[in-house]
Amino acid sequence: MSPIVKQKKEKFTLSGKYLLLIFTVIAVVLMIVTYGTTAFDGPFNAVVGYVVVPFENGISKLGSWLGKRSDEFTDIKTLLEENNALKEEIAKLTEENTMLAQDKYELNSLRELFELGNEYDSYNKVGARVIAKDSGNWFSSFIIDKGTNDGLALDMNVIAAGGLIGRISSIGPNWARVTAIISDGNHVSAQVLTTGENLVVSGDLELMGRGIISFSMLKDDENVVTEGDKVVTSKISDKYLPGIIVGYIQYIENDSNNLTKSGYITPAADFKYLSEVLVITDLKNTDYENAED
Amino acid sequence: MLRKAVMVIGAFILFLLQCCVFTKLNIGGIVPNLILLITSIYGFMHGERAGVITGFVLGILFDVFFGNVIGLHALILMYIGYINGKFCGIYYPEDIKLPLGLISLSNITGSVLEYIFTYLIRGRLHFGYYLIHIILPEILYTIVLTLLIYPIIVVIFNAFEKSSKKKEAS
Repeated sequence: MSPIVKQKKEKFTLSGKYLLLIFTVIAVVLMIVTYGTTAFDGPFNAVVGYVVVPFENGISKLGSWLGKRSDEFTDIKTLLEENNALKEEIAKLTEENTMLAQDKYELNSLRELFELGNEYDSYNKVGARVIAKDSGNWFSSFIIDKGTNDGLALDMNVIAAGGLIGRISSIGPNWARVTAIISDGNHVSAQVLTTGENLVVSGDLELMGRGIISFSMLKDDENVVTEGDKVVTSKISDKYLPGIIVGYIQYIENDSNNLTKSGYITPAADFKYLSEVLVITDLKNTDYENAED
Repeated sequence: MLRKAVMVIGAFILFLLQCCVFTKLNIGGIVPNLILLITSIYGFMHGERAGVITGFVLGILFDVFFGNVIGLHALILMYIGYINGKFCGIYYPEDIKLPLGLISLSNITGSVLEYIFTYLIRGRLHFGYYLIHIILPEILYTIVLTLLIYPIIVVIFNAFEKSSKKKEAS
């Protein structure tokens, strides 16, 4: 290099003020662009994925080890109690299971009559590990260790322990972000299994701590929906496949308009100890225009 | 140069700790805000530029993974880093009152802004609930961790300053 370049003290540096101004402009432009479009999702997610995700993979192992140790201290007592309760439940469930098996046999024969396929069983599922969680306290989302390279795509539904967890809201080549249904501002169109009435399940930060989610807009003129009824995703939902269990109605009350009802739902899945989830690789077909009439 | 590398690695480690480790070591569901913590610390230790750059980079990382809009957290963190940088002149490593005060104030500001931009904007008006159940516990947890992390950072950068002073003297 020429000696002129090597002059030391005259190095060009931007002062903090200008740097702030430039970055502000960049951030505002990014916000405007990403608010409406997904233009930056591809490249951004890919680059960040390859740089950060390998580290996250490693560190989350350390994290879950530490988390387990800290949980072990508190959990032993509760585990013993839980164990007893679970044993009773197993006995109850085996009894129930035999009855259900009978019902299923009957159901299958009836289904054959109606030529309906069992949709829930026929969904293709892929397992994935949770490697990072939303590091803030305001929303509930987490990162899983699979992405487009493993055949996942945006809006795929995620379940765990039989219940709906959420859907993929952002994706990179080797990672995907799952927004949980308990996250504030997240809405799921669902229906009560017994009556088929539609309702809207919404996540709420105030209820998240109590482990419940709220629902609203339930039309139930004949008062047939009761506490304990099963709620599943509805057929009219845009993003969610039909028939996935969301949870059970815990509390129900009349709205002030006397037309609809709202209340709380206990989710079927346990959101606190998520480590493995199943991603349903079938996407809801909402291609109305191409659908044949 | 080495000092900058250590700063970058330090910030990156804290980011990973925040989203992979502390989410599992949460207390009552509350996670400390290490991203804001390190932005604030770099701000008042190394000046406005360091604060702005740290805030912007970590904010963008956070937004890509967890944000609904890319740039919101970058914007909030960067201004917090900048304002912390203004206090660089009156900062002494031995005095822990200023860092603690600055970090608490930064955390409150950051949380309130977060509330305004992601909750108030959607008509969630129960600020009291969020203040008591989310913001205050987060600040407490962050302050406790400040007492653990801040001395480590001071020791590391004191070592760098000593070695650079030795070079100048010799």
